Amino acid sequence: MAYRDEQLSEEKVFKDPVHRYVHVRDRVIWDLIATPEFQRLRRIKQLGTTNLTFHGAEHSRFNHSLGVYEIVRRIINNFQDRPHWNKEERLLCLCAALLHDLGHGPFSHSFEKVFKLDHEYFTQQIIVGDTKVNQVLERVNPGFSRDVADVIAKTYKDKLVVSLISSQIDADRMDYLQRDAYFTGVSYGHFDMERILRVMRPIEDQVVIKSTGMHAVEDYIMSRYQMYWQVYFHPVTRSAEVILSKILQRAKVLFEAEDFAFKLEPKHFLSFFNEDVKLADYLKLDDSIVFYYFQQWQEENDTILCDLCERFMNRHLFKYVEYSPNQPIDKWMELSGLFVEAGIDPEYYLVLDSSSDLPYDFYRPGEEGERLPINLLMPDGEVKELSRQSDIVEAISGKRRTDHKLYFPKDRIEALTDERIKHRMKEILYN
Amino acid sequence: MLTNHAKIMQFFSMANGVTGRKKLQKMIYILQKCNIPFEEKYHFYVYGPYSEELTLRVEELCNFGFLDEIKEDKSNYFQYNYTITNEGEVFLQQFSLDMPNYQVKVDKLKAKSSRFLELVSTMLFFDDFPLKETIEKVHTVKPKQKFTELEITEAIQFIEEIKQS
Repeated sequence: MAYRDEQLSEEKVFKDPVHRYVHVRDRVIWDLIATPEFQRLRRIKQLGTTNLTFHGAEHSRFNHSLGVYEIVRRIINNFQDRPHWNKEERLLCLCAALLHDLGHGPFSHSFEKVFKLDHEYFTQQIIVGDTKVNQVLERVNPGFSRDVADVIAKTYKDKLVVSLISSQIDADRMDYLQRDAYFTGVSYGHFDMERILRVMRPIEDQVVIKSTGMHAVEDYIMSRYQMYWQVYFHPVTRSAEVILSKILQRAKVLFEAEDFAFKLEPKHFLSFFNEDVKLADYLKLDDSIVFYYFQQWQEENDTILCDLCERFMNRHLFKYVEYSPNQPIDKWMELSGLFVEAGIDPEYYLVLDSSSDLPYDFYRPGEEGERLPINLLMPDGEVKELSRQSDIVEAISGKRRTDHKLYFPKDRIEALTDERIKHRMKEILYN
Repeated sequence: MLTNHAKIMQFFSMANGVTGRKKLQKMIYILQKCNIPFEEKYHFYVYGPYSEELTLRVEELCNFGFLDEIKEDKSNYFQYNYTITNEGEVFLQQFSLDMPNYQVKVDKLKAKSSRFLELVSTMLFFDDFPLKETIEKVHTVKPKQKFTELEITEAIQFIEEIKQS
């Protein structure tokens, strides 16, 4: 039997708190899970710094990747024998689902921002590069790894296959909303996924939803909206992320400074500091390694690095105030000047952070949109865009919500002895 | 702080306004591929390389009152035009940006249609492939656009030209 068709002698299952069980029968999937590159995902938290706000959020990218695989497996089972579904694409879909987040590193958001990286680039590199994952995929057939990489990059020829993994209602989002809700313990994020899976239908180049399932989809979109603002953009989590980014920025500055020598050589970070990150270096980094350095950097001869690491490790976070974009820029400049005068470097201690989400974006033919809409399959066979049928979805369609916050160490301001500076800082911040 | 916003503002100032969101997206992407240091991250979407970060940044600049966005009804579709405001000019003056002079590139890009820039940016997205494969890939990911051989030849010439300008 060809490797691509090889089945395990008996089905393997992973117990899963969200989907109850994750079922594996394909030898290829089983082999992919066993690769070091995939096992590495166990050591990377799905939600980065969110556990400092919601202590249950300790789940990993490994959990989520298996979850996305399981959802796609169930969708494909439902698609069997339906028109427009090409059974030959089954294994490709399963592999792409399993591997879609393979390139995530520890605290991706901060690392990508500071070191100008892109986890999607590394996902591609792991899949097509010199890795165990690539060896498994190429055993299926030569060029199969390229196809998997193309599905994940949204450049694969069959758009129906792409839409299962990346669209406004895809397996990725359906898993992370439920999983993140479960582990954070919040009551948002729940929706009737079983119902959505039952009403999904493949058409020529995308998945549509039978119109009878519209209310389940409404619920999914509202869950997404709630999760973004209640969990993903939580101001305390963002404070931790601000500090994390500033630690990385400071460490890089020190590395580049001629007169500074680290007590502990930051060898895991060297290629990041040099902005020449090789795949092998990238794969060596995980949450534990980062925490080890942050622990050690509290003893370096740099007050800023020590202080930021102490704050991150001991959850001694920055406070924040709302920041209005319409505020005169000269106030901001004055505040920044006061920080300098007080000996608090604003580059590290006065940070504007913005969060923004677009819960659902519609697309009308002819308009300049980039996201494919969720389409409903009407009883007469016509396809209609969701926001034209649902008043609830229409109310939030295309409406981006943005939130700006200014982060700073309140304790440092309170400790200032110069009353004039302290008073003026507070006046600007709180008025 | 806000340096990336300032870079985008500088671009709008040089371009003296931009017509169309798609065109804006492709112009910044092509400039990035010409080593102009914009930092917005791009991924492949419906019309080719697209940056959610750029969309967000432009929206923020509009919210700040630094950019004017005008939605124009073109009977069968809407088009968005962007121009820099006086407040935007004041904001920009507060920065001294470390950017090369890319005015010539901006002028060349502005003179092209958004369809052409969609083709150019898609070709650049796959520029690590040999040319023949790049062209095949363009047809694979954009079968509905039906780009002609002539358009592709023009795009190849344009890429060479803009990189050297």
